[in-house]
Amino acid sequence: MAETRDLSHFVHHLDGGVARMELAVEGITCGACMRVIEGGLAAMPDITRARVNLTDRRVAVEWRDGKVDPVRLIDRLSELGYRAYPYDASRSAADEERETRMLLLCLGVAAFATMNIMLLSVAVWSGNVTDISPEQRDFFHWLSALIALPAAAYAGRPFFHSAIRAIAARRLNMDVPITLGVLLALGMSVVETLHHASHAYFDSALMLLTFLLVGRTLEQAMRRRTRAVAGNLAALRAETVTKFVSATELSDVPVASVSPGDLVLVRPGERIAIDGIVAEGRSEIDQSLVTGETLPVTAAKGSMVYAGTLNVSGTLRVTVSAAERGTLLDEVTRMLDRALEARTHYVRLADRAARLYAPLVHATALTTMIGWMAFGASPHDAIIAAIAVLIITCPCALGLAVPAVQVVASGALFRAGVLLNSGEGIERLAGIDTILFDKTGTLTLPEPEVINAADIPADRLALAGRLALASRHPLAAAVARAARARGGVNLPLAATEEPGQGVRCDHDGVALRLGRLSFCGADGAERVFAADPEASVIAFAHGAERYLLAVRQKLRADAADVIAALKQDGFAIEILSGDRAPAVAHAAAALGVERWHAAMTPADKIARIAALQAEGRNVLMVGDGLNDAPSLAAADASLSVATAAHLTQAAADAVFLGDSLAPVAAAVAIARRARALMRENLMFAVAYNAVAVPIAIFGFASPLVAALAMSGSSILVTVNALRAKPPARRERD
Amino acid sequence: MEVLIYLVPIALGLGLLGLGAFLWSLKSGQYDDLDGAAWRAVMDDDDAPPPDGGRRHEGVTS
Repeated sequence: MAETRDLSHFVHHLDGGVARMELAVEGITCGACMRVIEGGLAAMPDITRARVNLTDRRVAVEWRDGKVDPVRLIDRLSELGYRAYPYDASRSAADEERETRMLLLCLGVAAFATMNIMLLSVAVWSGNVTDISPEQRDFFHWLSALIALPAAAYAGRPFFHSAIRAIAARRLNMDVPITLGVLLALGMSVVETLHHASHAYFDSALMLLTFLLVGRTLEQAMRRRTRAVAGNLAALRAETVTKFVSATELSDVPVASVSPGDLVLVRPGERIAIDGIVAEGRSEIDQSLVTGETLPVTAAKGSMVYAGTLNVSGTLRVTVSAAERGTLLDEVTRMLDRALEARTHYVRLADRAARLYAPLVHATALTTMIGWMAFGASPHDAIIAAIAVLIITCPCALGLAVPAVQVVASGALFRAGVLLNSGEGIERLAGIDTILFDKTGTLTLPEPEVINAADIPADRLALAGRLALASRHPLAAAVARAARARGGVNLPLAATEEPGQGVRCDHDGVALRLGRLSFCGADGAERVFAADPEASVIAFAHGAERYLLAVRQKLRADAADVIAALKQDGFAIEILSGDRAPAVAHAAAALGVERWHAAMTPADKIARIAALQAEGRNVLMVGDGLNDAPSLAAADASLSVATAAHLTQAAADAVFLGDSLAPVAAAVAIARRARALMRENLMFAVAYNAVAVPIAIFGFASPLVAALAMSGSSILVTVNALRAKPPARRERD
Repeated sequence: MEVLIYLVPIALGLGLLGLGAFLWSLKSGQYDDLDGAAWRAVMDDDDAPPPDGGRRHEGVTS
């Protein structure tokens, strides 16, 4: 059967006969890689442009449409030593890019306007104490107005829009007092200029917008970086299927371009990427990623198979079905939606502060006005004092307090191998006191390993490894890895595979067999099960010698240490698993976890989380399976493994990479530190107001005082945010 | 104070020039890849591209 790879789904056709594709590239680390890739691609004929983006770890390639097969680009990159995967630029990514540009534009306009107005304001301030004439001052004020009004109208749009949306929804957010403050400051300044007054607040209004836009831009930059990496991870997992385009022709296509009714081929050792019904073939399916259950189930013609499960032994032809009602996936998706709905009630720290802050500020301004009138001041003076209060309390530092910490903390998390899905993830993680772990794939490594490799002579294990390379069975892959770990590179033996049984060959006159115990004529599996109820057993026969290999998903190497450390820090730890009780009990005992629950369905897990929440606990769920997705969304905070199903990752607050469990502890520690700093920053902002507000109430808030107070407090909270970086010692881990 | 007649337009013109430069840099995509830009600055443009099958640079994977 002929097989081709079809990448047309990823190719964009631009004007002028140019085609463009984006590829996520594994292993781009520095400028030298950039050169090799760009030079190597540009040397190909008909390639018009190749540009690496080092921040996003992607390369964008353009070529004359129809002249280059996109598959050749991937081959070329692999010749250069890089693994590349087509990246599907989604609409949301494009929206995000537009928003980043828009914010940068606003920031640029606001910053340049501020600089120019400051230039004029400093002249007025120094003139006011020396010999400036009223005509000159008016001229400078009008000039400031000329710059400030259009600049504010342009650069203030992000805040104005958000404030209007909030008011329309009858809510108050931080943008309401900001918008009110800016508009009043500008309006009052125009009126004052008309009356030839000595003070105008154009500089304050623009400076406020500039600082706040810096905060917004930082927040956006943080989101962009973590999303880029998450997007690459999705591309790297390369969710493709082998589809029958005709009875004899196969094509490797992305999952997104498969429709219900298509027939796809699933080989042994492949992860099934779609939901469907088996049309032909017989195999064992490992559903551990979906249900947590480690024992494979049998699939034959007519059985339903699910995306995310692993085809273990036989080749299957599967008819793709739409997500049907009543299937496991449908159930999981429904529970997930319900849990996400319940979760939107979480209110971010900054919004909580805004809810308190906005009414307080407006009440203070009103009181100031009434107070001045009560003491016999003219309405004009009273209104000016009230507006000065609004300007000076405008949450300049408050707008930076949280985003600045988020940026530094997400950078620290990034280095610790944790990618945030949402900005509020840091706040959620900081609040937790109970940690629930899934077992399969979370506490254990996602790939199975031979646990008794040390009991087998090195030369025999090496032969078993070479034999194992002839099979695509996941247990055989584990044997091959174990052999490689003991003795370097090994070459495959020319062996015959007996489906569902094992592989065999003759090597230097000795008959070798690897596979089921019955296939190799071995026994004694009970002894292995007694020692380790989680293991699967396969046998290796070398002439008359018989060896039993116990294969299982090993616990992550540092799992016990990390859990002990977390317990010491006062976290309550539990294991919630969909696996059988003996397997869970064994893992729990090895890790020193007293409370564990086995054979749990997704609904059971949610019920357990709800019970803990009812006790007043804040729960962190760490999981990887599709069956964990609803519980990840239901928990107060959630972490998922980078190898997890896409749906599961999307439900989690953050995703962690690598073979160790340490990122979980690091994430909690960094998040706690960050939240402490956010609170500290908010306290700074409050303290600043405690000093500045009385000055404004009593009418001493000149534009100079406002400018100094604003920039001073903004710099203070930004510098304080830098402390969210963990000490250098931990970074090197 | 007649000097203001020249100085104010010059000051405003310089400010607009700066803003224009920023807008141009934004439009030409100079903020799209800040990490890469740091490396491009130190690369020589006149070097020939690496030969076919150029070997992969062994760096520290983050």
